[in-house]
Amino acid sequence: MTAELVRGQNHTLPQTRLEIRVSAGTPVVAGATLGDEQGTVHGIEWIAHPGSPQLPGLEVSKQAAAEHRLAVDLDALPASVHRVTVLLALPMGVGGPVSFGAVAAPFVAVTGLEGTEIATFTLTGLDSESAVAALELYRRQGAWKVRAVGQGYAGGLAAMLADQGVSGAQELARSVHEAVARGVARSVAPPPPRTPEGDRVRHAGTASGQQPPATPPAAPIGDPAPAATPLPGPAQPRPAGDAVPAAGPTPGPATSGPINYAHPRRQSAAPPPPPPTAPPAEPGRPARPVAGDATGWSMEERLYNQVWGMFEDLARTTAAYRSAVDFAESRMDQELDRALSDPRNRIGGAGDRAREEARTKRDQLTARAREALDRDLAQLAAESAVVEPALPAAYAGWDNPVWHAYRVPMEIPMALRIGDLHLPESVGLRIPLLVRLPLERGIWVDSGRTASEAAALTGADQLRRLAMENAVAHAARLLAVYPADEFSVHVIDPAGSAAAALAPLVDSGVLAAPAAGAGGVASVLAHLTRRVDLVQMAIRAGAADALPPDLDTAEQLLIVNDFPHGFDDRAVTQLRYLADEGPSVGVHLLMVADREDASAYGPVLDPLWRSLLRITPVADDHLADPWVGHAWTYEPLRTPPGSRVLQNVLAQVAAARRGGRP
Amino acid sequence: MTVNMTKGQAINLQKSDGGTLTAVRMGLGWQAAPRRGLFGSRTREIDLDASAVLFADKQPVDVVFFRHLVSDDGSVKHTGDNLVGGAGSGGDDEAILVDLQRVPVHIDQIVFTVNSFTGQTFQEVQNAFCRIVDETNGQELARYTLDGGGQYTAQIMAKVHRVGAGWQMTALGNPANGRTFQDLMPAILPHL
Repeated sequence: MTAELVRGQNHTLPQTRLEIRVSAGTPVVAGATLGDEQGTVHGIEWIAHPGSPQLPGLEVSKQAAAEHRLAVDLDALPASVHRVTVLLALPMGVGGPVSFGAVAAPFVAVTGLEGTEIATFTLTGLDSESAVAALELYRRQGAWKVRAVGQGYAGGLAAMLADQGVSGAQELARSVHEAVARGVARSVAPPPPRTPEGDRVRHAGTASGQQPPATPPAAPIGDPAPAATPLPGPAQPRPAGDAVPAAGPTPGPATSGPINYAHPRRQSAAPPPPPPTAPPAEPGRPARPVAGDATGWSMEERLYNQVWGMFEDLARTTAAYRSAVDFAESRMDQELDRALSDPRNRIGGAGDRAREEARTKRDQLTARAREALDRDLAQLAAESAVVEPALPAAYAGWDNPVWHAYRVPMEIPMALRIGDLHLPESVGLRIPLLVRLPLERGIWVDSGRTASEAAALTGADQLRRLAMENAVAHAARLLAVYPADEFSVHVIDPAGSAAAALAPLVDSGVLAAPAAGAGGVASVLAHLTRRVDLVQMAIRAGAADALPPDLDTAEQLLIVNDFPHGFDDRAVTQLRYLADEGPSVGVHLLMVADREDASAYGPVLDPLWRSLLRITPVADDHLADPWVGHAWTYEPLRTPPGSRVLQNVLAQVAAARRGGRP
Repeated sequence: MTVNMTKGQAINLQKSDGGTLTAVRMGLGWQAAPRRGLFGSRTREIDLDASAVLFADKQPVDVVFFRHLVSDDGSVKHTGDNLVGGAGSGGDDEAILVDLQRVPVHIDQIVFTVNSFTGQTFQEVQNAFCRIVDETNGQELARYTLDGGGQYTAQIMAKVHRVGAGWQMTALGNPANGRTFQDLMPAILPHL
């Protein structure tokens, strides 16, 4: 787990061989000083800088760069060293920015050698400083810790070194800047040849890469950036790889400053385009929301985080409102009691006045709480209004036009929307319920009669029918968001009662035929059990290539209708095995069941039901959020009346599969 | 401009330009005092915990501490438990962020406390301080240093409370005893 440090916070380091990664919006000089127990730096041989980049256990870059990786081996440091301070400074005399206030906030991460982040720190709030002590690694009772420092120096490198007690700080700082300037001079590429008109236009198309990223990338540099899925809405165009001439020494579009140190053809490793940030708010009004205004490597990830952010905000603002209303009620009750028990109130109108006052106080507080809630709801509604149309298909409802432009995707999305959530205070504000893919747990569509109002208004038979239709819609979504041939659906329908609901899957050809009867149940379960078993063995043995060739490597979804009809004890045991072991090896359950039907099994099946995510075919308030635990009303996604979007999407999926399997 | 506060002193929480504050951070730092004895260089780790209790008209409504890091309404956030304290170089070891604009309307006081979870008394703590920082620009508004450790295991450090349309901070600095904030409730109530 990565610790995101704030200024002054510290964190224990689990290992001594580390990398410190720095990313800044502009080339910066990175250095490090070693200090003793008192923090004193004993002279220039205790300082690693571009002019003298190597010390035992420590190495810094010889050049100024927007990205640095400092290798540190704390065990190799002299025993007298108790503190390593990581410094950043803007290079002087090369025509770049002169203060950190003018560039994006630098970001530093302490990582293991394989790139896992241990702690990160964004140096925000710098202004006129041109040098900053970013991090401190320090020995504490034999163990090393990291502290986020973020102390800036307007006097630059010289002032920073002087502050650490380095004698001759001025000279040293000058020599560092000279070394950097020499390095810059060495690496300057010849000026690019005059670009023809068309080329220049394409360069202009990459203008988004020329602004310093508003949020520096947090992921390790070596990670390939996730490929962008084509997104509708205000998604920023990624700098296209072909915008850079494929040959020649021409530097790519500079991030800022005169030189770009990135390999001209390694565009896939470039930081993601800056997330669209909300434009500054007009005074006195909340900022106008923008889709994708969250952290993440791709628009998809940002939207996912934004949706979850809206979910949390709605949960918390509603918690504030409910808490205030509860308090107002209980205070009024107390005051009414007091008014009632006060003997002076028994004569005249004093008692009525006291009661009236208590009610007024309650109403005033409730009104103020409602005002605060309404303000937040209005902002969330505005955010929802821009986010919903920008969602990719996997996150979008069936009524979103993105489904009409559906194409079989090349990659598995991060998450899938399986419904909407809302709270009674804000019925109109729907939060998409996004679950991560591959599914981490099975899904249970409850066809039983629940306590909800909607279920009470629906007949038992109709509930069962709706539940199965829902399950089919979920299966269709899963099929649609996976690349062709990477997802298969099996159905156990022992009595054949779901034939009508399954028609879209069968008619389009993505589902062969539902397994019927006890024999069908047994053969499907045996097939999937074998698959789970084989894949688990292969993973444990580290021999994924030893799987038999007839094994379907696609993820498998098993829809079970009418459970436990047609199941014997052996089949029930196999089903429980699939529920427990399946998700980790790509076998997922989608149960359509009424728990009452299986009541004969007693508590034996309780763990099975608990392991599944329960959703309902009609609105029902049974899902709790992870922060406050409100009861949220879940509503399944519905296709617009008369729409054939489901059939059209399934037809495309089927066509893509036929194409993939000649 | 930092105000070094003394016990009982109150300051208005305002920006230096007179505007109202939107977010403040209550930072807490400490260091274990060196112990005398056979192994004099050995210090024992001390786990101090910062907590914030949200009150509505003297009734506790919500608590932010190491097991509940964000108040239900999202306005008060604890940055995480620190079990050993700092090396004493003045940084915050634990911090609680308060978004004053988002504090629910009925909450009128937020009390900040420090407990010694490991049970050592404040005699064994050095350089303990709490400070309040304008989170929007990192400026320290007030600092309150815990002087003279005594035979107690908790401190009621300060409170932030509504005054008119704005907020005020009062340094309390009252010693108390207890492992977590629950034990401190009787000691907190007289300060509300």
